[in-house]
Amino acid sequence: MSNQVSKSTKNIFDGFTFGKLLTEGRAFIALAVIIVVFASLSPNYLNLSNVIVMTRHVGLNALLAIGMLLVILTAGIDLSVGSTVGLSGVLAGFMLMQGIQIPGTQTVLYPSVWVIVVLCLGAGALVGLLNGVLITRFKVAPFITTLGTLYVVRGTALLIAKGETFNDMTGKPELGNTGFHVLGLGKFLGLPTGVWVMIVVALVTALLLTKTVFGRWLYALGGNERAAELSGVPIKRVKIWVYTLSGICAAATGLIIASELTAGAPQTGQSYELNAIAAVVIGGAALSGGRGHIRGTLLGAFVIGFLGDGLVIVGVSSFWQMVIQGAVIILAVALDEAQQGSKKKQKLAKVAAEK
Amino acid sequence: MSKSDLVLRAKKVRKEYGLTVALNDVDFDLVRGKVTTLFGENGAGKSTLMKILAGIERPTSGSLELDGKDISFDSPTEARANGISIIHQELSLAPNLTVRDNMFLGSEIRSLGSRVNYAAENEKVREIMKRLQHDIGPDEIVGDLRLGQQQIVEIARALASDARILIMDEPTSALSNVEIEILFTVIEDLKAHGVSIVYISHHLEEALHVADYIYVLRDSNMIATDEAKNVDLPGIVRMMIGRDGAGSTAIDQKTDQVVLELKNLTIADPANPARLAVDNFNLKVHAGEVVCLYGQMGAGRTELLETIAGRLSQISGQILLNGVDIATLSINSRIKAGVALVPEDRQRDGLVQLMTVGHNIALSSVGDFVKKFIMRTSPEVASIEQKIKDVRVKTSSHKSLITSLSGGNQQKVVIGKVLLTNPKAIILDEPTRGIDVGAKAEIFQLLSEQAKSGLAVLFATSEISEAMASANRIIVLSKGHVTAEMDPKKVSQSDVMAAADEKTSKLRIGAGA
Repeated sequence: MSNQVSKSTKNIFDGFTFGKLLTEGRAFIALAVIIVVFASLSPNYLNLSNVIVMTRHVGLNALLAIGMLLVILTAGIDLSVGSTVGLSGVLAGFMLMQGIQIPGTQTVLYPSVWVIVVLCLGAGALVGLLNGVLITRFKVAPFITTLGTLYVVRGTALLIAKGETFNDMTGKPELGNTGFHVLGLGKFLGLPTGVWVMIVVALVTALLLTKTVFGRWLYALGGNERAAELSGVPIKRVKIWVYTLSGICAAATGLIIASELTAGAPQTGQSYELNAIAAVVIGGAALSGGRGHIRGTLLGAFVIGFLGDGLVIVGVSSFWQMVIQGAVIILAVALDEAQQGSKKKQKLAKVAAEK
Repeated sequence: MSKSDLVLRAKKVRKEYGLTVALNDVDFDLVRGKVTTLFGENGAGKSTLMKILAGIERPTSGSLELDGKDISFDSPTEARANGISIIHQELSLAPNLTVRDNMFLGSEIRSLGSRVNYAAENEKVREIMKRLQHDIGPDEIVGDLRLGQQQIVEIARALASDARILIMDEPTSALSNVEIEILFTVIEDLKAHGVSIVYISHHLEEALHVADYIYVLRDSNMIATDEAKNVDLPGIVRMMIGRDGAGSTAIDQKTDQVVLELKNLTIADPANPARLAVDNFNLKVHAGEVVCLYGQMGAGRTELLETIAGRLSQISGQILLNGVDIATLSINSRIKAGVALVPEDRQRDGLVQLMTVGHNIALSSVGDFVKKFIMRTSPEVASIEQKIKDVRVKTSSHKSLITSLSGGNQQKVVIGKVLLTNPKAIILDEPTRGIDVGAKAEIFQLLSEQAKSGLAVLFATSEISEAMASANRIIVLSKGHVTAEMDPKKVSQSDVMAAADEKTSKLRIGAGA
């Protein structure tokens, strides 16, 4: 009887047992340590309101990191996401404040907020599409391509904004374009909109990775590109899609930030790409591709966010914050490498024992 | 031969890798100023023996004797310091460096202090290239050279080290006939200077032509040694394969229906676009038929099969599948149309190592299990488990990691993946490479069963016993041309091998091709 019970629990939690979480999830351990340490240092750390604020910060990085995970699964990298964050906010500000002038006429169109959102996401998709096409058709290495677009996109954002910030992005009732603040400042069931966006995107992407052909192709492509190609995986199409999705995620992040601040600054998002990469890597993904999942990436984003905010709350100087964050990234990855090594040894020992 | 003529002697040399014996107490003598050719099939142990002589590998037991004195090498550098140089089968040059820097890598000519004396190096490069009758300058970047020229640089590097003993492992695989003739004059010249040469080549006629002494390795044992003038080609072939191999076990279940037809297929060599890998190739494969493409390294087998699968593209010609030309389709569309490749290098091209057995098997057909964008697990698992049974993969579960399986079972997974796409024609490149004898037989058994159910099977191999035992028809390919088409039941192994070795190269080299 008890045997049966244990069997059925095993089925329910197939591949997701608590023990597995402990041994596999270095990000989980790191997060637990961070929470315990900061909760004991500051009584306000685990305040519900503080947790929600921190989660809102996490949500922004997580959104970027989810896009980055898709790219990294194909053994690529997307350095342009930080710039796309800036571009997206600036575009939203431009359309909200100055409208779109129809060429050759005096008519100025003020699109409503949902149109602005769609157009900004479209702009992010275009940046990603450009990355994807350069990488697949012109065979420029992902690092170089996205390093280039990092500059191009940031420059474009600065050009559009003429180097200035669009302030007070609330819209005007007579133009019918109010409501932009909802994205960043709105709440639903006590959680900020941004957190909901993160949750929905994470769920959809998890589904995409585990339950669709696209997901299977992604892992195959990252695991062995030549074999995937010979097996009929349309590798160029998959790669272009991956960068496009990453661009969309970045644009969404830019919109949420601009909405929170009701301001679109062209400098927004500088070095965000590095935080996103860090979250993905802490979450157990391999930069060489084919290994990684949403669960880990979210945990990675929480580690970075909860650590950063914790350090601020405790009052550590910003210089030390950088030192500590860098050390945590290295430590987390070094631990994983050691653990992968011991796993390999165990497997070898098993094979040897069978012989 | 008197004892003083022996430069290098290997005595009772034995090499074991784990449980496999690669060399079984082998004796090998090298005579001063002579060419000694080593014959043997793939995997007979030739390369292992050469690696031991060159200090790359250390023998498990046995000893080496140089000029009558016992010696052992801990590194290739040490062997080189003793005058032993090896020209590798795979080129081992740094493509980003110049010809000069490659030739003196690790043994640079120094002037005072540690400065490299480039002038002296350049002078030596020109001198050696003159001897090789080649016009390759010291400052040329190796990566910019043709493959044949790179091989010349490889040879020049060995000459630069003033080797007394020169090991040439397949030195001509990328050379044209003219270049081979030049190489032979250089070899004569080297012999006159007292250099001893060990020569290994898949082109038996050529290898016998330069030889003074011959050795034959078979299944890790030294079978015979003699003076070259006492033996002939058929005799050597007999010694290499051991009497007459098993007769054909292939069942004739061929039908009249042509499934795969290749018309005037011409393919450029991807490593050297000025050369043709396959020239005007024609073939019909029928439903139920198992056709073998037999040829040596560089014959164009892999290029041909990869072109059929869609990885390489042809210069001209047609690929017809049931009468429809698929030559311009993508790999993906060709798989859907019904032709799929089991690649030669399964680690590099066949498997996704991070995935499970099941996901590898399903990789080419995942699209079939989709309903409303979502993949349905139960039909997928059912298909996977059916295939695991069909191709007899030994695995505890379809969820096992692919890397936990043996080579033979991994290969069955690749074949299972291809079969799951319901192909009309299946093409396999060296399907038994690196797997044990038992699994080899199983794989051909499997192919025969599949052929019986109407599949057209085309496989390429360089192992003669395999070609003889498993095919209904053998197409012999040599340097991009069909040199013979044979029924394995009506010919002997040596006939087939001789056909593959024929010097029929009419491939035009240069821009006019």
